Amino acid sequence: MLEPEIKEHNRFFLNMGPQHPSTHGVLLIVLEMEGEYVLDPQPVLGFIHRMHEKMGESRPCSSFMPNTARMDYVCALPYNHGYVSLIERKAGIEVPKRAEYIRVITSELNRVASHLLWLGAYLLDLGAFTPILYTFDDREHILDILESITGSRLTYCYYRFGGVCQDIDDKFIEATRAFVKRMRKRYAIYEKLVTKNIIFIKRTENIGIVSPDMALRYGMTGPNLRGSGIAYDVRKNEPYSVYPEFEFEIPVGEQGDCLDRYMVRIREIEQSLRIIEQALDRLPDGPVRSKVPKNIKLTPGDCNFAVEAARGELSYYLLGDGTSTPYRLKVRVPSYSNLSCLPELGRGILLPDLVSILGSFDLVIPEIDR
Amino acid sequence: MKQYFSELYIGGMSLVEGLGVTMKALFQPIVTVQYPREEIDITPNYRGHIDLVLDPEKNTYLCISCGMCEKSCPSDCIKVKGEKMEGEKKKSLVLFELDFTKCSLCGTCVEVCPKSALEYSQEYNLAAFTKEAFHFDILKRLEERKI
Amino acid sequence: METISTLPPELIRMVIAVVIIISFLFLNAIMMGYAERKIAGHVQRRPGPMEVGSHGILQMVVDGVKLVGKELLIPFNVDRTLFRVAPLLSFTPVILPLLVIPFSEKLQARDLNLGLIFIVTMGSVNVMALLVGGWGSNNKYSMFGAMRAVAQSIAYEIPILLSLLAVALMCNTFSLKEIVGAQQNIWFVFLQPVAFIIYVVAGLAETNRAPFDLPEAESELTAGFHTEYSGMGFSLFFIGEYTNMFTVASVATVLFLGGWHGPHLPYGEYLGVVWFFLKVYFLLFLMIMVRWTYPRVRFDQLLNFAWKYLVPFSLVNLLITAVVVKL
Repeated sequence: MLEPEIKEHNRFFLNMGPQHPSTHGVLLIVLEMEGEYVLDPQPVLGFIHRMHEKMGESRPCSSFMPNTARMDYVCALPYNHGYVSLIERKAGIEVPKRAEYIRVITSELNRVASHLLWLGAYLLDLGAFTPILYTFDDREHILDILESITGSRLTYCYYRFGGVCQDIDDKFIEATRAFVKRMRKRYAIYEKLVTKNIIFIKRTENIGIVSPDMALRYGMTGPNLRGSGIAYDVRKNEPYSVYPEFEFEIPVGEQGDCLDRYMVRIREIEQSLRIIEQALDRLPDGPVRSKVPKNIKLTPGDCNFAVEAARGELSYYLLGDGTSTPYRLKVRVPSYSNLSCLPELGRGILLPDLVSILGSFDLVIPEIDR
Repeated sequence: MKQYFSELYIGGMSLVEGLGVTMKALFQPIVTVQYPREEIDITPNYRGHIDLVLDPEKNTYLCISCGMCEKSCPSDCIKVKGEKMEGEKKKSLVLFELDFTKCSLCGTCVEVCPKSALEYSQEYNLAAFTKEAFHFDILKRLEERKI
Repeated sequence: METISTLPPELIRMVIAVVIIISFLFLNAIMMGYAERKIAGHVQRRPGPMEVGSHGILQMVVDGVKLVGKELLIPFNVDRTLFRVAPLLSFTPVILPLLVIPFSEKLQARDLNLGLIFIVTMGSVNVMALLVGGWGSNNKYSMFGAMRAVAQSIAYEIPILLSLLAVALMCNTFSLKEIVGAQQNIWFVFLQPVAFIIYVVAGLAETNRAPFDLPEAESELTAGFHTEYSGMGFSLFFIGEYTNMFTVASVATVLFLGGWHGPHLPYGEYLGVVWFFLKVYFLLFLMIMVRWTYPRVRFDQLLNFAWKYLVPFSLVNLLITAVVVKL
């Protein structure tokens, strides 16, 4: 961290620098502080800009698949899903039913894994050292299940245009059912250790209250928006894939403080498990990949596709020009809008509260910088 | 006033419950594996770097040096060269190199191959001191595996 | 030989006792460090240190050797004297209370009439180490952490004093030997449960252990008042912290848990120390478990807790004790 320079009175600038244990990634927040109070936090982005969109615009559209997983590595399958659905919508490719079901099951498993990681990391920021290991224990089971069909543990490149690249077998179904059962038993542990803990409640209640009006102004989506009371979920409001066939609820918070966002994510894990169970029960037979031309030519015109990633609404925008390379590929990531309300939210708060708020937003900086 | 005491009581009870959870975990078995003294079995679907498939009948590769994998790779990490040897109808493979430092394990090469001549290896224990150690000569690896 | 025989036997006995206590404290730091890492590991469902020695028994020894071998860095613009003095200040005053604690009926370095007051006094000197360390590091972030630590320590001294006073009122004495003697029939934890809980919580805050560990290394922003220390200086802070925990637990045992009282043992006057250690290590085990379970408290919530909850309860407790004793 750089040396703070002393301005007038007691004010000084402090760099919550690019390397910090509490910002989840390479994020610089310049804090103007007076004593212990933060007057004006200003995030500085761009430390991990890797030019993914440029890579998408300089190679044929089928080469972009590995990049989708690297943008947000914690919850990579919805990113895969968004991109393949975008190209399928653009080129008019049909996806077999079984493939859609497999996509939903794996995406929801990935969502559970992402929320579990967020939970552990948030509590680590607050100073509790054990819950992160309990959540990683649960997450290991998901990673093992997903590894058995996709071959990777973190950066999945499993979906293809027209379906998925490999079929699932009985072992996968058995393991997923066992995991759903096991996860339901673990709720009690998290409830007793974290949710009811008075110290945790004191650190998160009434802190970082985001009013619905402020959330809408900044374009926040995902659990942050739902924590403020607005029930907007892409899976219900603009359904895609086979989500309309499943029965699940949208958890909504009341006040918009850190505790509400926490509760929304915990309840989302249960809803994801419900979706997985229903999908496993109704899994149809059939092919998992439809025939796709080797070279997909993108007709001139634009196209858009939005999915619900773990952090909010993720949407891809494509402008084709007749060749197989997109003219413009734009990725709208949820964490960018979620972070943008920090300067207004963080005026006049204490420093530990800032850490708590940042943690509750569930930011992944590599996806902001792409 | 009543809220003062009720908050204190509920808070205190929650702390005791939390302590109970960790106490119980203290006596449960460990879930970690002492790698490298013990190893876990990896799934057969694990994606290591690619390897040429060894045809058991002909004891050679199935590759026809068409170069589809080289063209479709998003990271430009495969180099394939085939030459027509004298007295043979088809091209034979002369060079097959994989630059693993650039590979993103997307699986495109395995899928576009018309003869299904590529497969994933199961190697995960890779560590070296130089970058050049990860420029794999896949053809040589196949020669070593020949029966 | 004549000089030794002309020394008063009391002095020789005290010197031997001090040497034994100090060497025991180093051994205690090693054992507690190992126990903490193993307990933390098993709470987190992992084994903890396993490599060095069977099941990692020699881990702390190897760590100690490594720390001793490190270069004693002294940053550029520091105040040299203060910088070097701070680790010593953190280790020495916490040993002194152990000189008046009765480990067993006949094992006590020195029984002072004002033993209890002596213990509380030495506890306050501990604050100096934090302040001197933070100031002497010439690092604005260390100073920040040190200020917080001082406010925390001062705020939590009052509940400690008040809860100890309640016991002193009951026994009508400050001498620790007599306090332990008075617990023959019933331990004071049953007569004064509120004071016991207040003392343990406030003692945990005095030692800067989680969940009150803001001044320590895990602070959100700075790395605490002992950032700039390396090698033996750092390990002295570390040993000082474990010794402080041991002191707090010993005082709690002596005043509330009946000291060395327990089922009868042969050579009971000396082997009473076995029961003493059992009780002390039980309390230390609880402290270690608390560290790995709860998140950290925010700083103003910490002070709130002291002023609004601990102080009123200990005052009321003292009042009730005074009234009951007088009747």
